[in-house]
Amino acid sequence: MGRYALRRLLQAIPVFIGSTFLIWFLVWGLPGDPFAGRCGERKCPDAYVTYMTDKFNLDEPLYVQYLIYLKNLLTGNFGQTFNGTEIGDLLAQAFPISIKLALVAVVAEALIGITAGVLTGLRRGSFIDNLVLVSTLVLIAVPIFVIGLVARYALGLSSVSPDAPFVELIIPGIILASGSMAYITRLTRVNLVENRRADYVRTAVAKGLTPSRVTGVHLLRNSMIPVVTWLGLDLGALMGGAIVTEGIFNIRGIGGLLFGAISRRESGIVVSIVAILVLVYLIVNLLVDLLYGVLDPRIRYE
Amino acid sequence: MSSPEVATATSPTEPPAAPVTPAAAEPAPRKEKSRGLWSDAWYELRRKPLFVVSAILIAFFVLMAAFPQLFSSVDPGYKDLNRSLTPPDFGAWFQFGQGGQFGYDVQGQDIYARVIYGARASIVVGVCAVLGNMLLGGFFGILSGYLGGWIDSVLARFGDVFLGLPFVLGALVILSTFAPVQSNPSAFRITSLVILTFIALGWPSFARIMRAAVLSTKQLDYVHAAKALGAKPGRIIFRHVLPNAVAPMVVVGTITLGGYIGAEATLSFLGVGLREPVVSWGIMIGDSRQYMEPAPYMMAFPAAFLVIAVLSFVMLGDAVRDALDPKLR
Amino acid sequence: MTDIKVNTAPVLGADKKAGGHLLEVENLHVEFRTRDGIAKVINGVSYHVDAGETLAVLGESGSGKSVTAQTIMGILDTPPGFVTGGSIRFRGKDLLTMPKDERRLVRGEGIAMVFQDALSALNPVFTVGFQISELFRKRRGMSRADGMKRAVELLDQVKIPAAKTRIKDYPHQFSGGMRQRVMIAMSLALDPEILIADEPTTALDVTVQAQIMDLLAEIRRERNMGMILITHDLGVVADVADRIAVMYAGRIVEQADVHSLYAKPCHPYTMALLDSLPRLDLKGQELNTIKGLPPNLMRIPSGCAFHPRCSMVRDICRSERPALLPIGNRASACHFAEELVGRE
Repeated sequence: MGRYALRRLLQAIPVFIGSTFLIWFLVWGLPGDPFAGRCGERKCPDAYVTYMTDKFNLDEPLYVQYLIYLKNLLTGNFGQTFNGTEIGDLLAQAFPISIKLALVAVVAEALIGITAGVLTGLRRGSFIDNLVLVSTLVLIAVPIFVIGLVARYALGLSSVSPDAPFVELIIPGIILASGSMAYITRLTRVNLVENRRADYVRTAVAKGLTPSRVTGVHLLRNSMIPVVTWLGLDLGALMGGAIVTEGIFNIRGIGGLLFGAISRRESGIVVSIVAILVLVYLIVNLLVDLLYGVLDPRIRYE
Repeated sequence: MSSPEVATATSPTEPPAAPVTPAAAEPAPRKEKSRGLWSDAWYELRRKPLFVVSAILIAFFVLMAAFPQLFSSVDPGYKDLNRSLTPPDFGAWFQFGQGGQFGYDVQGQDIYARVIYGARASIVVGVCAVLGNMLLGGFFGILSGYLGGWIDSVLARFGDVFLGLPFVLGALVILSTFAPVQSNPSAFRITSLVILTFIALGWPSFARIMRAAVLSTKQLDYVHAAKALGAKPGRIIFRHVLPNAVAPMVVVGTITLGGYIGAEATLSFLGVGLREPVVSWGIMIGDSRQYMEPAPYMMAFPAAFLVIAVLSFVMLGDAVRDALDPKLR
Repeated sequence: MTDIKVNTAPVLGADKKAGGHLLEVENLHVEFRTRDGIAKVINGVSYHVDAGETLAVLGESGSGKSVTAQTIMGILDTPPGFVTGGSIRFRGKDLLTMPKDERRLVRGEGIAMVFQDALSALNPVFTVGFQISELFRKRRGMSRADGMKRAVELLDQVKIPAAKTRIKDYPHQFSGGMRQRVMIAMSLALDPEILIADEPTTALDVTVQAQIMDLLAEIRRERNMGMILITHDLGVVADVADRIAVMYAGRIVEQADVHSLYAKPCHPYTMALLDSLPRLDLKGQELNTIKGLPPNLMRIPSGCAFHPRCSMVRDICRSERPALLPIGNRASACHFAEELVGRE
């Protein structure tokens, strides 16, 4: 298992470098004047250009610039914005809020999704089953910004307060999770339906266990393996996917920070956020892979 | 065996005929099973209301995208501030050449006409992006599946680079780089940019499907045999690999198409996707944000069209997958 | 359901304890309702088992031997399977009409079952210790530690080496034979009075098969259990069984004690089965096989279900179904059973 984890970690390194380089190149590397429009209508004064060029190493060759950036990134130095704010500080404010939101979303989708999935999986073909199946299709199909706008309008919600307490994040969290929730429901249902006729479930019945123990322990434990791993992956994905939800509810997480940075062309913030999200994605992926092995003893890592 | 009563079909519930029916009906399903995956799936699909409804809806949207004039004779770009925020006029449905069925937006543009013309952007972006994905992803998938070895590993890592970027985020960065938020690119430029962005971020998923199809096909005995007989790689790919990959490609492609229509609207809503002069549901919904209170119809109609369009494709893909995957039936 | 001629012939040994057998299956009917039609899987099966004896149920796949066992255990998949008639009495009480909770308690404690494929029958994500001790915890109210202690003892009894450490292993970490031993240990946990072994050796290597059969026979003797051994393998049966019931198309076609059956089969199907066994004295000759295929249970042939494959078929076989009638101390469902008994 250790060797497997190590190999996966080594595989993740080129992916991390590739993704961050891609974004870094898009933001910094493309030809063009990085200071266009920075100083209002006029061209920027030479002194400013020289100072900025030096500060952001713009006269170095591209790959050197990137390497410097990468070095700074790995030592936790995210650099400064164009007007001198520490990017690290901005991230430190925004990330906890987005993590909170993602956690609320994952809890919501786990609770609602698994419950709905179990209900439908055990009553396959019933009215409830069909109703839930159609609802999941609708949830998967409706874009989050539509749900968000409608919910905000219909429920008359105001913006979330700056420090984003958990209570105020519940509805945005559920909206953020809506699509995944539907997916969890379907995944749970399919697995239950598939495993329900499994021989080991039949054995459990033959052992004279109560129906609740047969379903709750023997059937669920097996059916939850893919669901739990999917939830893990989603925790990573939700942090990056929160940009729309955060925008609609004015939540000051990384989504809002990123969107503002893009409109103000604050390249440093954009690259840093993407780099962190890619890192989170890769780490979560690896952890989920290892988790899979814990949940299913049959998996062996070479 | 067959009694005359059954032949005249006057008494379908007649008891003596009943025991005959299961036995007589039995050979029929046998025949269907031998008709192959596609005809079997088609047989299954025609009986599914979800499939039929979504197929009809999609046909409507495609028609709308191709010939919007059929549905509305009003110019979707014509502004008349005198009509700003006029509510929907039900009577307009019965007067030919009249606008305002869905009301007018802030700038006095006809919402009905714009909703109709908005289908074009969604369908064009969705279809082109998915086709591009299939071609590019399919090409790389065949390459890595067929050649294997280090090329496979390199391509896998290369694909991971794009899959590692969260979709909305990646699209946001790419689009805002090539078409900054305040700029006004031409309709053609911004549309193709959105399509290319979706292809850039989506191809690895399709490459994975194709690679899996290649690998599973390579294991088949008759492919080994064809190879041993000296069949060229091109022939093996076209005769054996591609037919095997079509089913999963079609399923994932259809569902992705729905997803892309939603994603296009999301990015347009955020202001980094399509923009004026393109008419798009996402832009319309974005524009309506400040006017939810006085004019909910500004949002309701484009949102309804968007949701129905996405739902149609997702439903279609779902039905097709169920039909092609007998295990889940 | 259109059956009028129902097989109510008295079964073997009915005189032993009048009406008081430990387990008594009577005139059981089961059908599978599928999209393509109704398959009559069991059409009036009757047999019984007493403590300390082994009944072997023999037949091809699809003869209904496993479905009978599943119905006894109450693990028939419903739908598609439905019991449409008959009774299963355990200690005089009908399992089919018993309240669900009461019947649940019979499982494991009254009647336990060993399945064919232990790899799929054991839950892959729990240790074998968990799966065995679960019975002691949930059915006997023991603590986790006590349950584990008992589980180790059971594994020792079925001769699994190093039981103490292996208790923490998962099913996939055992070899096929060891896994079947685990399965057997689990079925013995609550000291059942009857053990149903459904093709217990089919999934195993030939060398291991004999060991498992010996183990089962030994355990049965030690505990004086009744055993129903379901198999399609005549070779397996000879050493272990006391009586044999041969099934075909959901009916018992012949029943006899093991010696009589081997010495002189009295049904053409049994004769054909025995003929298809490889024999040392006929070395070099081609093996006999039974011509044709097992019947389609949705369209069971008229008259005697075996008639399309029977070498002795006559007109009466096509029109009239023979009942399972006693001849001396055995029973056969063939129109010519008397002739067959009287031969040589």
